[in-house]
Amino acid sequence: MALLNVQGVTKRFGGLVANDSISFAVPEGSLFAVIGPNGAGKTTLFNAISGFFAPTSGRILFDGQDVTGLAQADIAQRGLIRTYQLVQLFKDMTVAENVQVGFHRMTSGNVGAALLRGAGFRRQEEHIREETRSLLTFVGLGNRADVMADTLPYGQQRLLEVARALAAQPRLLLLDEPAAGLNTQETDALADTILRINARGVTVVLIEHDMGLVMKVAQRIAVLDFGRKIAEGTPAEIRSDPAVIAAYLGTEAEHA
Amino acid sequence: MISPAITSTRPRAAWTAALPVIAAGALIAYGLTSSGYIATVLGFAAIYGVFCTGLNFFMGYTGQASFGQNAFAALGGYGSAILTDRLGLEPVLAILASMSIAGIVALVVGYPTLRLRGHYLAMATFALGLITYEITIEWTSLTHGYMGYSGIPPLGLFGYELANEKQQLVALVVIALFGVWISNRLRNSRFGRALRAIAGSEAAAAALGINVARYKLAAFVIAALYASVAGSLFAHFIGFISPEVFGTAMVVLSFTMLYLGGIGTTWGPLVGALIASLIPEVLRSTLPGGLKEGQDIVYCAILILILIFVPKGLSSLGSLWQARRSAVREG
Ligand SMILES: Nc1ncnc2c1ncn2[C@@H]1O[C@H](COP(=O)(O)OP(=O)(O)OP(=O)(O)O)[C@@H](O)[C@H]1O
Ligand SMILES: [Mg+2]
Repeated sequence: MALLNVQGVTKRFGGLVANDSISFAVPEGSLFAVIGPNGAGKTTLFNAISGFFAPTSGRILFDGQDVTGLAQADIAQRGLIRTYQLVQLFKDMTVAENVQVGFHRMTSGNVGAALLRGAGFRRQEEHIREETRSLLTFVGLGNRADVMADTLPYGQQRLLEVARALAAQPRLLLLDEPAAGLNTQETDALADTILRINARGVTVVLIEHDMGLVMKVAQRIAVLDFGRKIAEGTPAEIRSDPAVIAAYLGTEAEHA
Repeated sequence: MISPAITSTRPRAAWTAALPVIAAGALIAYGLTSSGYIATVLGFAAIYGVFCTGLNFFMGYTGQASFGQNAFAALGGYGSAILTDRLGLEPVLAILASMSIAGIVALVVGYPTLRLRGHYLAMATFALGLITYEITIEWTSLTHGYMGYSGIPPLGLFGYELANEKQQLVALVVIALFGVWISNRLRNSRFGRALRAIAGSEAAAAALGINVARYKLAAFVIAALYASVAGSLFAHFIGFISPEVFGTAMVVLSFTMLYLGGIGTTWGPLVGALIASLIPEVLRSTLPGGLKEGQDIVYCAILILILIFVPKGLSSLGSLWQARRSAVREG
């Protein structure tokens, strides 16, 4: 069954149609990619799916339930977790603390628990610290735990965002251009990390410009251009799709 | 690889835990051996420390702006005055009752306003402070208007009153330390991390399932509870309150203290309150006769210099020194 079902999602900004009746389904456990030229509407689509804003029309089903128009935090609480294209770290916190925030959804207790610090509280904090350590190791930031997040180089900041998102134990993870700013070596490492995340049973939807990365990890790809979905299929199908080639050649011609 | 931070964190934790207690002990000793006047100044500092420690939840940890926290101090102060005078309540009960009122008002006012962003929130909180100020002036049958409320009983418990300012000073310092202790516990927890995440990025906090509006409201209410206690303590300590006591000047002074001590840190608000209260007194007693006129200018110059050279606040000096020491040890 599809874990995520996007049905005719349209998003208008004034006269601009950033998403034009987009539909696709992401099967549970799969690794799905959304590609397209700059300004095609990929991030807008993530914003609509994750509840950052509501779509103008259309429906989003997560795990069979309609989540269209729910508050972003409520959607996240159901296990739909996204990262941002422009990194959104908690700058005044350490790398480890950033990841610890990620456990919010899977942990409990507020003012009372923090004041009383009973056995349950201490066990939970200990658990969070251990899991944070292993998540940072998982993304390759194991030795940066105690530095301030904003002192990390840009590429590592992106990895930290991934680790933080994983702390929330996503059922569906939306990654918006995680390879931006990474060098070739780091991108290869990231590809490996994404595959391992997926192997853990997390369904992944990936926005990426790095075609090497997309073709390597994605099982299915949807292509957006000017807000519309112009193609969907396996990497092999997408590579030979005339509409896709035209869209990419078109933008390259514009840039030339 | 063992990270150097692990080896340096342990001794530092014990050290930083003991230091404030020692400092507080020294302060109490100083207050007790000095004139009643100095004890009063230190008592004010402790009261402002409570106020700022609360404000720090909202402005520091959560990164929001409130220009109207004086409203809740006024609620506490007038609550204490009216409840002890009209209903004959014990000061402690009056403080607790005023706190509940302040908490409820904060909930009712905060629920709609905290959905506003940036400037709107700041304007709304500023209006709250002004409205409260007007009420304390106009509702004379309850507040005595400009005249103010006098004869408020001093702090005490079970009929036993703390007779002079020195005994009260000890109580105030203990209460301020208790306030910081709570702040420290809350900061280093799931709750505190959620607040600090909101300060860092609301978008990222929401994407991790944090209900941003609800946590902002919680921080606002906590700040209001602290402010109410501070207002009550002021009333019982001085025995007199008037609308001016909780006017806009209070907002300006508390901001100075927050930034001076280090906004967003646990000890910063109390440290800032202390330093900002002591500088004028030190100047008063050390400046030569001719310069006395310019005391305010010197005071402002000192504040500006501190903010320029220690932008993260005075409480950051401790950790700076620590960092340098551990750097030396590693090198
Ligand atoms: N909040 C907004 N308000 C107005 N217009 C917007 C907003 N967000 C996006 N747009 C517009 O919608 C279109 C799609 O933008 P979007 O960010 O979704 O593209 P993208 O595919 O993610 O591009 P990129 O690859 O550069 O990240 C663009 O024309 C953009 O200017
Ligand atoms: Mg984008």
